[in-house]
Amino acid sequence: MQPLSDFTDDFRNALTTGPGRIGLNYTDAEEAARRFAVYRNNVAHSLKQALARRFPVIQRLVGAEFFTALAREFISKHPPRSPVLQEWGGAMPGFLRDFPQVAALPYLPDIASIEWARGLAYHAADAQPIDPATLAERDVLHLHPSLALLRLDHPAVSIWQANQPGQNGRIKVNGPESALIWRRSDFSVATIRIGADDAGFITGLLETGSLVKAAEITDPVAMLSLLLREKLICEEEMTR
Amino acid sequence: MALPPQAGVGFKPQHFKAIRATCPDLGFFEIHAENFMGAGGAPHAMLAALRQDYAISIHGVGLSIGGSSLDPGHLARVKALCDRYQPDSFSEHLAWSSHGNEYLNDLLPLPYTPETLNRVCEHVDHVQEVLRRRMLLENPATYVTFADSTIPETEFMAMIARRTGCGLLLDVNNVFVSCTNHRSDPLDWLGGFPLELVGEIHLGGHDEEELPSGPLLIDAHGREVAEPVWALYGQVLDRAGPLPTLVEWDNDIPEWPVLKAEADRASSMLADRRQHAAAQ
Repeated sequence: MQPLSDFTDDFRNALTTGPGRIGLNYTDAEEAARRFAVYRNNVAHSLKQALARRFPVIQRLVGAEFFTALAREFISKHPPRSPVLQEWGGAMPGFLRDFPQVAALPYLPDIASIEWARGLAYHAADAQPIDPATLAERDVLHLHPSLALLRLDHPAVSIWQANQPGQNGRIKVNGPESALIWRRSDFSVATIRIGADDAGFITGLLETGSLVKAAEITDPVAMLSLLLREKLICEEEMTR
Repeated sequence: MALPPQAGVGFKPQHFKAIRATCPDLGFFEIHAENFMGAGGAPHAMLAALRQDYAISIHGVGLSIGGSSLDPGHLARVKALCDRYQPDSFSEHLAWSSHGNEYLNDLLPLPYTPETLNRVCEHVDHVQEVLRRRMLLENPATYVTFADSTIPETEFMAMIARRTGCGLLLDVNNVFVSCTNHRSDPLDWLGGFPLELVGEIHLGGHDEEELPSGPLLIDAHGREVAEPVWALYGQVLDRAGPLPTLVEWDNDIPEWPVLKAEADRASSMLADRRQHAAAQ
């Protein structure tokens, strides 16, 4: 078994350093290099594309060329661990926080957190919404598995919205924001900015499941009607 | 359990509405297993809906069957997907894509030697045991050959099929790409390939680069199937009869009618062969 392991080890190393030592069947070194480059390019390009699909606003904010360099660095530090690429990229916010070349854009980690959470919401488990008429009978409320609340240091929801296709990228606000993210009934993912009190209410609900306790934080009417309208209060057990 | 000998299409979520609106006359849809491993949401809703109306092929791109070891966790997820949707076919590649716990996201080549043959056969055996089904193994598009290789690709695949009982997936574009790249004749390649073991055909588009030594074709799946590949496909049908035929288009994905037209071309070639067989 040893020879085959050595082969893939050498091939993997060659993806970084070039094909000098993997026994390709070409006497001309340039011929071998050009052919081997197809694999190098496929690996680098396909992984970069996967990141660009997951973090489109990051790509727009830093530009395609810089994003390619950023992706190369991310891939070398945090390569995917499984073939399920939708589960890859959760390290991006922390990576951006520590990446000196983007220090001038301190809101990038928050944007990456939004984009990562949107992907999680898209693939989150399904759940059966409750009949709203039964709301009053319930001591504990379960929110939809796709629902996420992000507390952000920067006006990142505004920036994210201003950098959607067709938007001009400009924003007029300052200061921290909270993002509420969920999957709608039509499977599209919603991302809205909510106020600090509403964020406190959602946090209370997520942590305790108790409407009574969460309502101590703020008037629940606006958030509760949103949760019911969007079918985000669900039965605990998923019924398929 | 097998796919019908008709044309099918690689499913892309952006085509779902058009497919539901037009109910196209296709034999099957194929999905990439790894894109349907989330917990819920649109991918599963769409696949469940398609499953009601069509045969389904699950095509894995991440088992790394030619690699040094199989990932039991990933294989378990493939099994869960097959258990849930009961596909009419499961297929994977003669290639490797993971190294240790790093996933490289490309179908990488292996030298064809007695050692790699044993390794691949062990892995195919294991996959078939875990999935409790016969799988199809696809011939790769390759850009290099190895000095160590001692077994022709066609013979290598025939031996895998003989030893493991797996079927074969014949990617006609890959045959054309590899043979062009390795300066050999695709008809010779087909002559050495056990067509009677083929359970499915793939067709897809390729890109072309130029080396000092001649063309280098890239299996990019980003355009129409090339004319010489259609011609080669016709040769395969002449020899093997009608077979389930998938049109793949994974990059620069076109509007549904463009992809459907490619499948229609395969459909009409399949219908020709059926008529021809009936007339004899």
